[in-house]
Amino acid sequence: MSTSTTTDPLLLANVSRRGLLKGLGAAGALVLAARWDLAVAAEDEAPKYGADAMPHGWVDNPNVFISIAVDGSVTIINHRAEMGQGIRTSLVMVIADEMGADWSSVKVMQADADEARYGNQNTDGSRSMRHFFEPLRRCGAAARTMLEQAAAQHWQVPVSDCTTTVHQVIHTPSGRALSFGELATTASELPVPERQFLRLKTREQWRYINKQPDQLPPGTTEKAGQPMAIDGRDIVSGKAIYGADVILDNMLFAVIARPPVYGASIQSVDDSAALQVPGVVKVVQLPTASIASAFSPLGGVAVIANSTWAALSGRKALTITWDNSSAGDNAAYDSVAFKAAMEAESLKPGKVVRTQGDIQQALNSADQRFEASYYSPHMAQAPMEPPVAIAHIKDGRVEAWGPVQNPQAARDGLAKRLSLEADNVTVHATLLGGGFGRKAKPDFVFEAADLSQIMDGRPVRVQWSREDDLHHSFFHTVSVDRLEASFNKESEVTGWLHRSLSPSIKSLFGPDSGHMSDIELAMGVRNMPFDIPAIQQETGEAMAHVRIGWFRSVYNIPHAFAIQSFVAELAHKAGKDHRDFLLELLGPDRQIDPRNQNEPWNYREDPIRYPIDTARYRDVIKTATRKANWPGGTRIAARRALGLAVHHSFMSYAAVVMDVEVSEQGEVIIHRVDIAFDCGPQVNPERIRSQLEGACAMGVGIAMMTQITAGDGKVQQDNFHNYLVPRHSQVPKEIHIHAVNDRLDVPIGGAGEPGVPPIAPALCNAIFAATGQRIRTLPIAGQLRTGNS
Amino acid sequence: MISLTINGTPQQLEVAADTPILWVLRDTLQMTGTRFGCGMALCGACTVHLDGNPIRSCATPVSYAAGKHITTIEAMENDAVGQRVQDAWMDEAVAQCGYCQCGQIMSAVALLKSNPKPTDKDITNAMNGNICRCGTYPRIRKAIHRAALYTEVKA
Ligand code: FES
Ligand code: FES
Repeated sequence: MSTSTTTDPLLLANVSRRGLLKGLGAAGALVLAARWDLAVAAEDEAPKYGADAMPHGWVDNPNVFISIAVDGSVTIINHRAEMGQGIRTSLVMVIADEMGADWSSVKVMQADADEARYGNQNTDGSRSMRHFFEPLRRCGAAARTMLEQAAAQHWQVPVSDCTTTVHQVIHTPSGRALSFGELATTASELPVPERQFLRLKTREQWRYINKQPDQLPPGTTEKAGQPMAIDGRDIVSGKAIYGADVILDNMLFAVIARPPVYGASIQSVDDSAALQVPGVVKVVQLPTASIASAFSPLGGVAVIANSTWAALSGRKALTITWDNSSAGDNAAYDSVAFKAAMEAESLKPGKVVRTQGDIQQALNSADQRFEASYYSPHMAQAPMEPPVAIAHIKDGRVEAWGPVQNPQAARDGLAKRLSLEADNVTVHATLLGGGFGRKAKPDFVFEAADLSQIMDGRPVRVQWSREDDLHHSFFHTVSVDRLEASFNKESEVTGWLHRSLSPSIKSLFGPDSGHMSDIELAMGVRNMPFDIPAIQQETGEAMAHVRIGWFRSVYNIPHAFAIQSFVAELAHKAGKDHRDFLLELLGPDRQIDPRNQNEPWNYREDPIRYPIDTARYRDVIKTATRKANWPGGTRIAARRALGLAVHHSFMSYAAVVMDVEVSEQGEVIIHRVDIAFDCGPQVNPERIRSQLEGACAMGVGIAMMTQITAGDGKVQQDNFHNYLVPRHSQVPKEIHIHAVNDRLDVPIGGAGEPGVPPIAPALCNAIFAATGQRIRTLPIAGQLRTGNS
Repeated sequence: MISLTINGTPQQLEVAADTPILWVLRDTLQMTGTRFGCGMALCGACTVHLDGNPIRSCATPVSYAAGKHITTIEAMENDAVGQRVQDAWMDEAVAQCGYCQCGQIMSAVALLKSNPKPTDKDITNAMNGNICRCGTYPRIRKAIHRAALYTEVKA
């Protein structure tokens, strides 16, 4: 390279780098192809926090994610699961923007499960952008640098004279230009530049990142002002491929009758009628999962047929007697009795998980004391697409397709179940028709593989019905939160005692301690930021009787409901404005290291980089209340009022004000919702808005109607007639999202989940303000009709 | 043997008479744009048009459609109202996961064909059978109003 005589640091760095990478050269379409020594992917970082702490961490190598064809088309790999959060657009946009690609020439390719290659793929915990914004910016910047170096080589000029504009590199002094397609082959032969020499774009240079739809450059989308959406056209035309849309030759269709009680097994099966159903091929008994079943299938009786309808009809014709003896006391699980038992338990001293000051002294010397107990029920995630998966075993290999949030867990699990090397297991992630945590558990993929094995390797698709989904979810936990506070004469809070009870997700993976884990307590309990002299937090025993799993925003739901409702109750008791009282509780602006509150988890993020920041709490509260014209002004009439709540989760801050009217008949009308949201820099603001609107709808459901109950160990909801989720008529038309702290000097936070927790308490606080009726048990259901208002 | 027309194409189908139209479309004809969400006419994900009227294909036996015309999402690209609705959906960025949206669009097209300028109340009434677990309802509403506007302009 004659350019090596220059003092350009980029070239020197590259030349000094070991193991120059060779591109595919003549291999045609994919020239910046994947050739990467994986060991160098994250070589220098001590794994500890954030993406570093995740299995397989992160990868920022352009050769893994980007290929450029000689015709100039750019293919970018998305390795995270797409479930409605728009990650296939947003992450790809980050790479495209940094490399200087023209969006209209960008195609997206969905990665198979391969974390060793792509970095962590477990799409859960509102982590995708938090963990991959920076690596993928570097990835795009590295590709841009390589393209500029290729141009410099071609022109025999210093690379510092070469600039990328849109999809081409310009020689600035002469104005000559080479397109990405023309540069692809040469660029692919260059080494990947060292990280410290990458020049990331400045905020002013971004074309897609952090842009509102009307700020996007012309030609980016079908029509000016339209938001970017990779899958938009496919979705509206019915061409998008979800789990059940994968069709293989010779494929069989299966449904499974699973044990109604968690841990129950089969006593007897009469399948004679089922086998008479035309199309039914086979009925087979599957082993019951023993309790602490992790992601294992539950077992049951599978009906395998040559169509979905035949399989469903065959299942209806089965007569199964279940044996509950393997289920322990799960067979007696009754959610009404369990609520009473948890409430009784919450009256006893629990296990102390955080303490500061002297709570007993504070309570004993109080001028006034106030206590309240809150209940949040089980729920099922109920994504619109029920679980479904296809597996095909052939020649010692298994290939599976499905809507999986955690493709690598599916792959590892298949390898283990089938005793195969991971290399012989391929998992293709389809689009997810919603996930909300349910599809982070790949049990349905394992069912498909088990059945394919039983059918001598024929491809089998396992389809869950809605009833299956509701009866056998990994349910959101059930919670009782009992709070007690003391006031001094000035109506200031001097003591705060929180006893929190919920079955733990840990019970899915091992012996059930009956107490929440550090992770669950980090979701709104231990990291509660209030500046109160005496604080004590305790857990009480609550054993799991169903599979407990993640549900969008997880334990933040009950904790935010209880704490944010209680604050409003205290403000009322103290005769103070709720917002002022809340700001007073937050105390002076400060950054709290969560470890100082005995909180070690912090969503596995660096406690220094991501402290609990009370100024950011304050900013979202002030913005939401200002936008809603708090305390309501002229909008507020009889039986109409505003309600407020704030919550910090997944490294983001959300405050919600609801403008709510309650009719004399108890009908709730939500006139307007204002959500102030601080997730730091907003990569795709449009998509963040839609996530928050969706969180609002889901939160309204959580408040108003959504619950799973159990009797005799069985779930009592079957389908959407008795498992109620919000519909058009129940969701507010006016949801206003306000971005706060959309700036680059704070690290990025999550967007998919943190909008959910404050919705229910804001709504219940508004209902109280409008009617005087306090809701302490979710969902509201019929309480306002029979209530004392 | 059941004879019916699907998206303008006559079909002779060798399926059990009680098979819901949904499974005939998805499994027999491999037309997968019509989605399965509940199987009990409760969510609207499977909405198609039967002689122009929106029906829940998961709860309608194929025998009921004998001699009739079924229209699915796959035909909307070639339908004047369907196109406008799809465009409005793109402009409002309605979809999140997108799974419910084919059903939502089929309900919206049926609404606009019978009522070219629906009020908010009309929209709620026509669309209340279509669940969206992602919560895209406010955008669906806006997109229907927008599509109505397009219809007006083009008419
Ligand atoms: S699948 Fe037909 S209405 Fe739900
Ligand atoms: S967009 Fe996901 S269910 Fe409607």
